[in-house]
Amino acid sequence: MGYFGRRILGVIPVIMVTWSLVFVVLQIIPGDPVNLMLAGVPASEEVRERERERLGLNKPVIERYGSFLVRAAQGDLGDSFRSRRPVTDMIAEQMWPTIQLAVGGLAVGLVFGVILGVFAGIRPNSWVDSCCMALAMVGVSLPSFWIGMMLIYVFGTVLMWVPITGRGLDALILPSITVGLFIAGGFARLIRSSIIEAMNQDYVRTARAKGLPRWKVVLKHALRNALIPPVTLLGIQFALLIGGAVVTENVFARPGLGTMLVDAVLTKDMPLVQALIVYKTAAYVIINAVIDLIYGVIDPRVRLEQAT
Amino acid sequence: MTASVAIIGSRHDGSGAARFLRRLFLHPGAMVGTIVFSALVLAAVLAPLIAPFDWNETDAGPRLAGPSIEHFFGTDLHGRDIFSRVIAGGRYSISLGMATVLLSLFMGSLIGLFLGYTGGKVDIWGCRCLDVLLGFPAIVLAIMIVSVLGVGLVNVVVAVAIAGVPRFARVVRGAVLVAREQLYIEAARALGASDYRIMRRHLLPNVTPTLVVLGTLDLGNAILSTATLSFLGLGAQPPTPEWGTMLSGGREFMRYAPWTMIFPGLALFLIVMSVNLVGDRLSQVLDPKAKDRR
Repeated sequence: MGYFGRRILGVIPVIMVTWSLVFVVLQIIPGDPVNLMLAGVPASEEVRERERERLGLNKPVIERYGSFLVRAAQGDLGDSFRSRRPVTDMIAEQMWPTIQLAVGGLAVGLVFGVILGVFAGIRPNSWVDSCCMALAMVGVSLPSFWIGMMLIYVFGTVLMWVPITGRGLDALILPSITVGLFIAGGFARLIRSSIIEAMNQDYVRTARAKGLPRWKVVLKHALRNALIPPVTLLGIQFALLIGGAVVTENVFARPGLGTMLVDAVLTKDMPLVQALIVYKTAAYVIINAVIDLIYGVIDPRVRLEQAT
Repeated sequence: MTASVAIIGSRHDGSGAARFLRRLFLHPGAMVGTIVFSALVLAAVLAPLIAPFDWNETDAGPRLAGPSIEHFFGTDLHGRDIFSRVIAGGRYSISLGMATVLLSLFMGSLIGLFLGYTGGKVDIWGCRCLDVLLGFPAIVLAIMIVSVLGVGLVNVVVAVAIAGVPRFARVVRGAVLVAREQLYIEAARALGASDYRIMRRHLLPNVTPTLVVLGTLDLGNAILSTATLSFLGLGAQPPTPEWGTMLSGGREFMRYAPWTMIFPGLALFLIVMSVNLVGDRLSQVLDPKAKDRR
């Protein structure tokens, strides 16, 4: 079995542990799901009991735990308590806007991060470095709900350049910047230190000695080799974003898996919470495995080390 | 070269602590950070004296009035003075953040010390659990915990602190693994010191500098996370002048009265930024590999 296959199989115990934790947490959360579903609508005890039976809530905890595992292994993650629809369908619906925001945010973060990091890294301890790192610090310190609101106010309300809501690509610009600014700060700092390290390597010295233009040395030799640590961060960020950006979705009133999870937790919609957690954990591990493969593409030495 | 000059130059600088403080604060970023942080903390502490209005007094001015000489940051929907509320808000946001970090540090150190010192299967399984928790966005984990504990200020602190535990525990465990192999630990054990004593008297002091850096670096995050939960309606409740709650309240009126959200957010940004600047410099000064950096 290949390396990738082993990594994918390795996700199973992780999902089991995560799911067990979530199961325990959901058992402790106070509040009866049936009462939460009724949301104050009066109903007789008989109706409530029937509903509990339909949802399988009257069964012992251990039995519920086991039956979820058996069904999950068959690909059935159950129906939502609230909407009574298969949770996999619900997740699939929210997947597209979530992926859009994740990709948009990463793109913005990567562009700003690489620009700031490279400029800072090629002249360490200069004023350019200080300015770039100050901007990166601003990026990681901005409260995303505040900067989201400020962007809406400035570009949506005052200047009216972009729509604030909607499903089109132009409605994705402001949320992507909101997510991206935070990511850019982290990227910039990492790329800066990677570039500083790469610029001191022998191959960069050789490239310069050959008389290559400075930009070529930086982009083709230093940056490519400096990409491994940022690629790891990229993977982690993507894996987290693919689970939904709770705050940004909230501020821009966008649909997405982040809002869905928060709603599901607050309304104790157990099948939905469980399915979302399984999905998030699986996405996290699989994306990290893919990132490991990408290392080999960026840096052939990684592949050699694995082969020997 | 720079490092050697710095070392020679610092020979007459007095005690190690003075030299450390000088290196820490004679840096533009750290200096700005310290000044901004001190100003905001001082304003929060002296809020009852310097706030021009009572921060909960409704109709202190016209409703949703813009910034003016009388109300520097304008007023909110209930005619409360936003400047007074922003100053007082620091009391909540800063102390909530600090309490969170301290609690997180305490729990994380205990778990990290225990795992690192015990080793073996306990360590392996403990770390696996920590890794699973690390894979969760902290804010989602905190929301889950708040839903168990219920909405409120104290619960938000506990929730964000628990969400931060895996990070601290991981670092402390790593530091303990290194320290545990040192000769003085073996010597202590040979002298008959108990496990508890070795952990408390020998291992903990060794990981303290790491914890200080980590705690400072995490303070900004903690302030942001607690404010975020309040913004989502899970933490401080109106009329508490907590910055996240104020932003949440100002959101409805941002089209007509943007000052209701601009100033609380600016205060939040400044405090997080100042803490991050100091934390960043602290980690540079304490990291031997980064000594060449100015």
